[in-house]
Amino acid sequence: MARSAFAAAVISVVLAPAITWAADENPRLPRQQWSFDGVFGTYDRASLQRGFQIYKEVCSVCHPVKHLHFRDLEDIGYSEEEVKAIAAGYQVTDGPNDQGQMYQRPGRPSDPIPGPFPNDQAARAANNGALPPDQSLIVKARAGGPDYVYGILTGYREAPPGFGMLEGMNYNELGPGHQIAMPPPLSDNAVTFADGTPATVPQMAHDVVTFLTWAAEPRLEDRHRAGFKVTLFLVVAAGVFYAAKRKIWAAIH
Amino acid sequence: MADTRPGATARIIRWIDYRLPFVQFLNHELNEYPTPRNLSYWWNYGSLSGVMLVVMIASGVILATQYTPSADLAFDSVERIMRDVNYGWLVRYVHMNGGSMFFAIVYIHLFRGLYYGSYKTPRELLWILGVIILLLLIATAFMGYVLPWGQMSYWAATVITNLFSAIPLIGPGIVTFLWGGFAVGDPTLHRFYALHYLLPFVILAVVLLHLVALHRHGSNNPLGIDHKGPQDTIPFHPYYTIKDLFGLTVFLLIYAFFVFYAPNYLGEPDNYIPANPMQTPNHIVPEWYLLPYYAILRSITFPILFISSKLAGVILAFSSIFILFFLPWLDTSPVRSARFRPIYKWVFWLLVIDVIALGWVGANPPEGIVVTVGQIATFYYFAHMLVLVPLIGKLERPRSLPSSISAAVLGGGAGLSGAGAPMAKP
Amino acid sequence: MADVAQQDLHQEHSGETRRDFLFLTAGAIGGVGAAATIWPFVDTLNPARDTLALSTTEVDLAPIQIGQRLTAAWRGKPVFIAHRTAEEIKAAEDVDISQLRDPQKDSDRVLRPEWLIIVGVCTHLGCIPLGQKTGDDRGPYGGWFCPCHGSVYDTSGRIRQGPAPLNLWLPGQAELANQALYKFTGDNIITIG
Repeated sequence: MARSAFAAAVISVVLAPAITWAADENPRLPRQQWSFDGVFGTYDRASLQRGFQIYKEVCSVCHPVKHLHFRDLEDIGYSEEEVKAIAAGYQVTDGPNDQGQMYQRPGRPSDPIPGPFPNDQAARAANNGALPPDQSLIVKARAGGPDYVYGILTGYREAPPGFGMLEGMNYNELGPGHQIAMPPPLSDNAVTFADGTPATVPQMAHDVVTFLTWAAEPRLEDRHRAGFKVTLFLVVAAGVFYAAKRKIWAAIH
Repeated sequence: MADTRPGATARIIRWIDYRLPFVQFLNHELNEYPTPRNLSYWWNYGSLSGVMLVVMIASGVILATQYTPSADLAFDSVERIMRDVNYGWLVRYVHMNGGSMFFAIVYIHLFRGLYYGSYKTPRELLWILGVIILLLLIATAFMGYVLPWGQMSYWAATVITNLFSAIPLIGPGIVTFLWGGFAVGDPTLHRFYALHYLLPFVILAVVLLHLVALHRHGSNNPLGIDHKGPQDTIPFHPYYTIKDLFGLTVFLLIYAFFVFYAPNYLGEPDNYIPANPMQTPNHIVPEWYLLPYYAILRSITFPILFISSKLAGVILAFSSIFILFFLPWLDTSPVRSARFRPIYKWVFWLLVIDVIALGWVGANPPEGIVVTVGQIATFYYFAHMLVLVPLIGKLERPRSLPSSISAAVLGGGAGLSGAGAPMAKP
Repeated sequence: MADVAQQDLHQEHSGETRRDFLFLTAGAIGGVGAAATIWPFVDTLNPARDTLALSTTEVDLAPIQIGQRLTAAWRGKPVFIAHRTAEEIKAAEDVDISQLRDPQKDSDRVLRPEWLIIVGVCTHLGCIPLGQKTGDDRGPYGGWFCPCHGSVYDTSGRIRQGPAPLNLWLPGQAELANQALYKFTGDNIITIG
């Protein structure tokens, strides 16, 4: 009885999303190994820093990441001084000053990382009407998550003969309808890594996706750690309560 | 009931109790309360529902101290909670997954009632109050989902509020009234926030009524027969307090798994995209616990007489819950528990499969076989409620009931009474 | 009969002790679990990371001439930065401490005597005293004057007349006793907080 009640609970809750999942699971999604996979997953700091470098040097030309602040970069292994230096390298709009004007000043750790365009309209104007989406949550905003974003970055191909490409679009294995407005952002050695890691497209894609996953879920490691303690506690509690239950019910069984 | 505790504590309690019989009340309703001795783990889900209500209110109030209910700031305020507020990610994921857990628990609780005839006399009002709680829960969850102001929040709000336009004559006016404007927008968000905060306390009040009704005649039990004396019951404490506590711990393990290791598994990725009134997502899907109603809504693809297909879909979707109000009278069986109802037992499981099928239909785009399955499943659902349940009650030959709970539990088998006299007439 | 009764009692007793230990453990686990659950919820109300990030302000002192005063914003409050003249410093140091309502040496209120950095909130009921802008009434001691109820502060920000009980706070002093929460981090730069 207990087991079937338990089974019902699990089934009703697990079956539900499996039903929705089956609806839009992409069969061609290449599965990757990520350092943050699984219940003990963590973020590889070196990969995060390489990923940030790629974002900074390649992606930030078009894509903002507005939910990140410079101070958040301390979580990926930069010191307070390094973060101050990174922030100071950006110009940030502030104001109005006492004359009523907006002005530019060097960034501070408390500032959000400024995007390439002042607003969406400017972004569209610079990109043939397409709006490069903010990257802060992109990994959580796409079915397939990190694997999907990795698949997009590494999925650019020559269009098959006879395939009707629309004006200004690029052929991509995973793009919706195989067409995506973004031109391939990564090419071998587009970036030179400080730690000497060879900058192949798969490597860069892997690192930038790790960075973007952190950008979307910066508290993942806290979550996993807390989850371990909570699970351990609940397992012990369940054991103790079960023993107490059996003891009490022994009187009338 | 004299308090035998020594000294000052006893005197204080007596002083309070003489003026407001609080301790006496708790003692009677939670401590010594006679409960059938044979309740299975299927009876844990009531207390689990109560726990979830408290968890949702607590986590919701904490979120409310940090959330901004304004269309231009709502999404960002939720991200701030996730990133900057101490343990904000925890409270948010607890609240988000708690909604799903709450519905899972409540649905199991409901189906337990269906199986064991807990809605039958004298518990009709208890059942009706439960259905009212379910309706309030759905309204609360719907409005809560709008608050993060993601793409799904915005478009689910648009689709569902647009349903009311199907009402003849006054429909479009009602929709404008609901929106507070000409589309879902900032006024809509503000009022949904106010109501989302309010409704759980209305639910709390109805839950209290639900408990009062429950305690009038006590719990049903797996055998579906009334308890006939103290040999059939045991005090709620410590037997069911410890059993509920154990069940709670097991449930929390499942809940914790989602919160800590798969917090977005039950959700929609599109809701991490800020709401864009100029762009509809490819597939608008509600949360899993609303999928069956969504499937019924979409299954009517043809007008019925003078009723448009849209209106018919709306009527049937709401009816799928309203019909539950009438269940105590639709079910004609003289026997409560499906344990003793050989035909209904299987029909019950067919209903479960039907509801799961409706869920699958609701999750998928309405094309091809999905539509056909949806129409069959919708038809079957109402056939179950309106045809099968009344007929089976009349035509089925129930198995013989045990003479009493204690006889069945303490290894009787002897002394079986005939079928047909299991319940005291009101 | 009596033997059986005795035996029952004995078994019941030892069973009771074991049962009690189990229940004690169960109760303790429940209590710990409840407390551990409540703490994160309460902690959400503590200042969040973005609030804490704004808890530090840097001010460039170079543009402030001798005799000039600047108001900086810090943790939602005004901070008075005064580049004191020699006369103001002498007036502040030449005071008999024992005559003060809130006795405090001027040297205990500054890191460098020419820079007075104090929180510009009157210790009476929280108004912002006048004296920062040219033309403001600075009161009889040439320091600051609170228009709300007439508190008068000297060139060290100490209370001299009026209802305020204490000297104007040094940054952070109200929360942490005896610790100035600002430091000179560059030639002419201070970091507050």
